[in-house]
Amino acid sequence: MREKVAIAGIGYTAFTSVSPGSSYRELTYEAAVKAYEEAGIEPKDVDSFVCTSEDMLEGYSISDEYCNDQLGAVLKPVQTIPGDFLHSLAVGVMHILTEKFDIVVVQALSKASNMKTIPEMVNFAMDPVLNRPLDITAYAVAGLEMNRFLEEGKATREQCATVVVKNKANALANPSAGYGARITVDHVLESEPVAEPVRLLDIAPYADGAVVVVLCAEKIAASLTDKPVWINGIGWSSDSPTLESRDWTDAVAVRLAGDMAYRMAGIRCPAKEIDLAEINDEISFKELQHLEALRLFEPGQAGRATEDGVTSPQGKLPVNVSGGGLGVGHLFECSGAQKVLELVLQLRGEAGARQVLGARVGLAQAWRGIPTTSAAVAILSA
Amino acid sequence: MAYQRVAIVGAGITKFVRRAHETGKELAAQAAKMALDSCGMTMKDIESVSLGTAPDAFDGVHMKGEYLSDGSGGWRKPYMRQFVGGGTGVFAPIHGWYHVASGMFDTCLVVCSEKMSSCHPHPQGAFKTIFDHTTEQALNPTLIWIFALEMNRYMSTYGITKEEIALVSVKNKKNAMDHPAAQLPMEITVEDVLNSETLAWPVNRLDISPASDGAAAIVLASEHTAKRITDKPVWIDGVGWNLDTAYWATRDLYYPRYVEKAARMAYEMAGITEPKREIEIAEPYDPFDYKELHHMEGLLLADRGKAVEMLLDGKTQRDGDRPMCPSGGALGVGNPIAATGLMKVIEIFLQLRGEAGKRQVPGNPRCGLAQAWGDLMQVGTVVVLRR
Amino acid sequence: MELEKFELGATPLKESAMKDGKVLTLHKKPNLKYAWDNGPAIDRYLAELKKGRIIARKCNKCRRIMIPPRMFCELCWRPTDEWVYVEDTGVVNTFSICYVNWDASRIKKGDKPHLPAVIEIDGASDGMGILHVLGEVEPDKVKIGMKVKAVWKKPEEREGAITDILYFKPMRG
Repeated sequence: MREKVAIAGIGYTAFTSVSPGSSYRELTYEAAVKAYEEAGIEPKDVDSFVCTSEDMLEGYSISDEYCNDQLGAVLKPVQTIPGDFLHSLAVGVMHILTEKFDIVVVQALSKASNMKTIPEMVNFAMDPVLNRPLDITAYAVAGLEMNRFLEEGKATREQCATVVVKNKANALANPSAGYGARITVDHVLESEPVAEPVRLLDIAPYADGAVVVVLCAEKIAASLTDKPVWINGIGWSSDSPTLESRDWTDAVAVRLAGDMAYRMAGIRCPAKEIDLAEINDEISFKELQHLEALRLFEPGQAGRATEDGVTSPQGKLPVNVSGGGLGVGHLFECSGAQKVLELVLQLRGEAGARQVLGARVGLAQAWRGIPTTSAAVAILSA
Repeated sequence: MAYQRVAIVGAGITKFVRRAHETGKELAAQAAKMALDSCGMTMKDIESVSLGTAPDAFDGVHMKGEYLSDGSGGWRKPYMRQFVGGGTGVFAPIHGWYHVASGMFDTCLVVCSEKMSSCHPHPQGAFKTIFDHTTEQALNPTLIWIFALEMNRYMSTYGITKEEIALVSVKNKKNAMDHPAAQLPMEITVEDVLNSETLAWPVNRLDISPASDGAAAIVLASEHTAKRITDKPVWIDGVGWNLDTAYWATRDLYYPRYVEKAARMAYEMAGITEPKREIEIAEPYDPFDYKELHHMEGLLLADRGKAVEMLLDGKTQRDGDRPMCPSGGALGVGNPIAATGLMKVIEIFLQLRGEAGKRQVPGNPRCGLAQAWGDLMQVGTVVVLRR
Repeated sequence: MELEKFELGATPLKESAMKDGKVLTLHKKPNLKYAWDNGPAIDRYLAELKKGRIIARKCNKCRRIMIPPRMFCELCWRPTDEWVYVEDTGVVNTFSICYVNWDASRIKKGDKPHLPAVIEIDGASDGMGILHVLGEVEPDKVKIGMKVKAVWKKPEEREGAITDILYFKPMRG
């Protein structure tokens, strides 16, 4: 019988457009103190720490160096994953499944406000010889993909805009979210064109924040928490990194990551078994594309379902009740962490005004953003 | 013991060169293909892929793990990059180990690729941004500073001389003459080291490993899978890693506590109680010659300040009682950071299988160790291998 | 398997192959800019440097006086408690005589080498050092354990940076 992995504590900061009062160190410290407090642990009780960072976002070469003091993890097994928080979460899960580790802490942070040349950074992620000299901006890559997605009849432009309207409205009920707003489909369609068909309001704005999670093995879960949230499944995958050879319509990596997580969680019929989902919506249409890749909707149906309110907080499958990236803000490597946070609060029944009734099984999905094809998925249950 | 036992079943490596014609992706693919070929496997047999590679600033590509994913065999697979600075190369088999030990996968392809030559005018420049952006970078530090500061502290604490330390460089560069991937194999003398250009006293040019391009790869398999693939599996019996504080100037640099902690973690898992006796052969990380001695002490393979005696007695020679860096190490084979660590793991793998060719140490060793080090003199990564 | 039995990858290129145009190259200088939030501890540290003083933080549990200052004690895992001024003097813990610039270029002929050092600051807890450079001293006269004192920029030239201390120089007597 395989060991089960529980989330025994979670700590987080507010997600805000700027955070001038704190360095990266104090942001993580704030989240870590709360997470450890919830689980009733101290750093010395932790068997391993997994941090999430990507050098050029932090502005350090070897950002691993600067990850441990603020977790109280001096002279401890600490490692860094340059991926999304969900990749780091997968590492934590693997650690505990070896049964060599009982308590693992997983961290992620965004200090997006400190990155002053984000478009150039993203441009720097493209092939240095084949793509970069063309001066294709990052959002143009999203434009290419969205255009193909619309062309294939997967959704209408208006349906994509509906995602923005929904998520920004959801964020109004989330006190941690930075970008809640009451807007209309027309606002989105009439916003400034960035890389047609992508318009300004289709894009998740950047935010700062930190999340720290305490994971533990099933055998000690009861001693750490009365409200464990279980990680039933986790999966991750990559598709082709090159712009030349990727699938421009479907999110293949998301489908593979989802299938892996479903297999582990024993989920056969995702659309019936998942009660709510936190989906990467870095660009509006991505939410629809990802929902279909995850088999939560039939191909081409997610857009209409969104219009019909199926994915609203009161709908059959609430999606991004937290506000998602569009409403909470895009948190780079910390994006997946905000999604796990929302599921933990919902599954524990602690989501306040935005509580989804009867939420028992949730799905969190991350995509590493433009121009990548890397994705990860976690299935959580109360 | 609940976890699946994990074996190394195949290995691949490229030549280590100052500047490769191939891209980082192509180097990764060459090493990965060789690793698969070496054990008669194909990508179809691979369930998960782990990548190790050092700072993005070398290649000049943001999110380098994503960029290298296809070359590393990550296409449409569970693929993840890990990164613990210079410790990455020996963390690679650890990262792969828990992929398999957890029971989530039966096989994992572990690839390390480094393309340092893309960084101009010199990859050293990329290291300025490893220092604290506010309290240190304004002083225009170079990477060599921290080594020089540490080497000086180590020498002065124990009264060790530059002449003695230079012997490590002489030994490793000579060992590398028998390594087919080696970039700087050479027969030199202590005088050659002392007379080479002083870069940052006490560090001379021949005290340092070179910047390199190169890649290495291994295939890991669970116990029941490994036995189908090879009759000579080499088992990962102990893994350990540890990170000390980022406030490096507040630590005494003469002793690497983090290496000791990592080693103790690996020894405990492998059931090793007397490392000096039980570890028969080792590849401690040697980006600078004194580091081999420093790390032997952290690994508890020598008493503090006494590693130099083992060196002077010839015990760490390939035909000595406790061979250190029989491959030729970073000093001789070259130092494409992440690939170097994995090269060391591969050397122990080959030595334990008796397949190290002219580099083979005598005595049919059963148990060996590879170690890497990195960050701001801060991280230690250790694996214990047994046949 | 033996490595000798395989054809190993990687084709070495000579520097001249690029210079002669045998291998085509592209150059790109990244435009990566950051404006780091320093947080309260380092903000105060910099503000005090501008005033010609060095400040540390004390943890009342382990009683360490820490420099650079920090808002939490990474060992006790609790917020630090007090600001404490420390001296602008200290002891050389270790040093180097460096002939290489940060980008691996060599210093100009006749220029003095860089003298980076870890300096344990007086008034901070034992072993609490910072990275800085030494000046007003011949390289061969530098010793571990040497007492040194900060040489500051003129007040009007200070900007709230670690470089407001020009260097540390040996203390006489």
